[in-house]
Amino acid sequence: MKYFLQRIAFYLFTAWAAITLNFFIPRMVPGDPVQSLISKFRGQMSTEAINSLYVLFGLDDNKGLWTQYVDYWKQLFQGDLGLSFTFFPSPVSEIIGDALPWTVTLVGITTVISFLIGTSLGVLAGWRRGSWTDGLLPVTTFFSSVPYFWLGIIAIYLLTGPDSFFPSSGGFDSALVPAWDQYFIPSALQHSLLPALTILISSVSGWILSMRNMMVTVSSEDYITVAHAKGLSERRVAVSYAARNALLPNISGFALSLGFIVGGTLLVEIVFSYPGLGFILLQALGAKDYPLMQGIFLVITISVLVANLLADLAYLLLDPRTRKEG
Amino acid sequence: MEPVLEIRNLNVDYGLGDKAVRAVRDVNLTLHRGEVLGLAGESGSGKSTLAYGLTRLLAPPGVITGGEVIYHPEKGDPYDVLGLSDRGLREFRWAETAIVFQGAMNSLNPVHKISTQLTDVLKAHEPKMSEHSRNARAREMLKLVGISSDRMDAYPHQLSGGMRQRVMIGMALILQPQVVIMDEPTTALDVVMQRQILGQLIELRERLGFSVIFITHDLSLLVEFSNRIAIMYGGRIVEEAPAATIYRDALHPYSKGLLSSFPALRGPRRELAGIPGSPPDLAGMPTGCSFHPRCPKAFEPCSTHIPVLGRPDSPDGAARSVACWLHPTEQPVG
Repeated sequence: MKYFLQRIAFYLFTAWAAITLNFFIPRMVPGDPVQSLISKFRGQMSTEAINSLYVLFGLDDNKGLWTQYVDYWKQLFQGDLGLSFTFFPSPVSEIIGDALPWTVTLVGITTVISFLIGTSLGVLAGWRRGSWTDGLLPVTTFFSSVPYFWLGIIAIYLLTGPDSFFPSSGGFDSALVPAWDQYFIPSALQHSLLPALTILISSVSGWILSMRNMMVTVSSEDYITVAHAKGLSERRVAVSYAARNALLPNISGFALSLGFIVGGTLLVEIVFSYPGLGFILLQALGAKDYPLMQGIFLVITISVLVANLLADLAYLLLDPRTRKEG
Repeated sequence: MEPVLEIRNLNVDYGLGDKAVRAVRDVNLTLHRGEVLGLAGESGSGKSTLAYGLTRLLAPPGVITGGEVIYHPEKGDPYDVLGLSDRGLREFRWAETAIVFQGAMNSLNPVHKISTQLTDVLKAHEPKMSEHSRNARAREMLKLVGISSDRMDAYPHQLSGGMRQRVMIGMALILQPQVVIMDEPTTALDVVMQRQILGQLIELRERLGFSVIFITHDLSLLVEFSNRIAIMYGGRIVEEAPAATIYRDALHPYSKGLLSSFPALRGPRRELAGIPGSPPDLAGMPTGCSFHPRCPKAFEPCSTHIPVLGRPDSPDGAARSVACWLHPTEQPVG
């Protein structure tokens, strides 16, 4: 418990540091970035947008740095991340709130499925090493080295077209209005199939490989021989001795990959023009929409931290050696 | 004396075909009921391979290429362990022959509690036993090896090396097997702990009546704790005799070499001498007697003909056997 509290304190500190950095970076941009932005937009910016920019870059000279910092935190706690100017006048929090569910559902579900399938196949391949399952290895190595987005481009090229079942872009049929009804949900599912498959195929191989290798390593441990010598059933040795121990590194890998759900599959979303966070980030980058970028980075930072905390917790639960007595 | 385990012409190879390394060759050995049989030899002499072979625990590429391991159960007819079905083998393991392994530190699974690892044997072999009696039995075994039963819920990393090895001994005895194979059980422990654990084991053996195959490279331990000693070299048994006989009057030059490489605690001072050279490469065995390149007494037949294990030509030679051209044998044993 003490260890757990220590971890929490550590993560709180890291979160504080990340958010503080997030506050300072725009303020460290030299010169007057606002002026250059204004000239870039050729006067098409409203006064409110210009004001929000000045606040963001800390160029509203009325306040000192400390007051700005305190205000920043106050706004953060109210969920106010400023105004986006690509989607002006929507607040950043609203845009992120709209995009986040798309990403989390698509990537979240595929990550979990990919982990479950990959780990089970890895256990099998590791336990029956030397049999036909080893023939799968070159295939998985190939797929795990193929980048997501390339697979996505190939999938779009080969599988989509005017009369194809698979739509080539978007998260739902543009004729529909997002709602929980019988028109929208099937459309969203249909649109998510191809990106989901792309992520699944390229990420499942990684889980298979790492789990198989851990299984092979663990299988040569003394306690596996002891378990065999004890006359336990093959299944019990494979599951409760070998797989149970081989799972440990994969679990932390899984928890970490949860953190990258939000930011990690940017390129897939871009390739499929999927309305998730990655796609928004691309637009924000293109438009130099600093408040939006800052907001997205904040979300990514926090999700990575939460995932790390989860990894620690999972380890604490699964590996008694990490628990400290006291 | 009644035999409990008879090893006949056992051969174990690592690998297949021409490149196979022959780790155990034509080994004949009989373990009698209630005795402690010591098995000694340098690293790579095939001691552990023999132990793994007779319980069919060899990891690939180890293969048993020939021989029989006849087990005599307490009731019923003897059977060949090497011919058992998978199911039969699972039932045989631990219930009839349990093993205490070399690595005291790594024999327990680090993520399971001691109690889980003690009771899963019972779960596998006596499925009708209730959970309550399984736990009671596990606690009883811990008590037997001198570990307080509140350590049931401990994880292996919370125990010392000596305690872990005692847990393993308790685990080995939980199904009351007839044969316990100890494969260098105390190698990882300090000398005091070695003695304590072995003393305890011998005491338990007297109480419970199992037989022990005790494998070690430490001949001094064997002389003290075993009834009979077999010396292995290059995958073969080169000498076998009662412990006291080996100690006083070893016949094979290799046994003599092993004996003179450790100091005696009592008795007259004597010169300590190592055995020159290094253990043979199992992949490229010398012709004839595999010990002849290192043997101080090698003579003409040694390099060409393999000596057969047999009763030596000496007045008290009835209970012993040796494979050496210095001691021509009358009849082969086995």
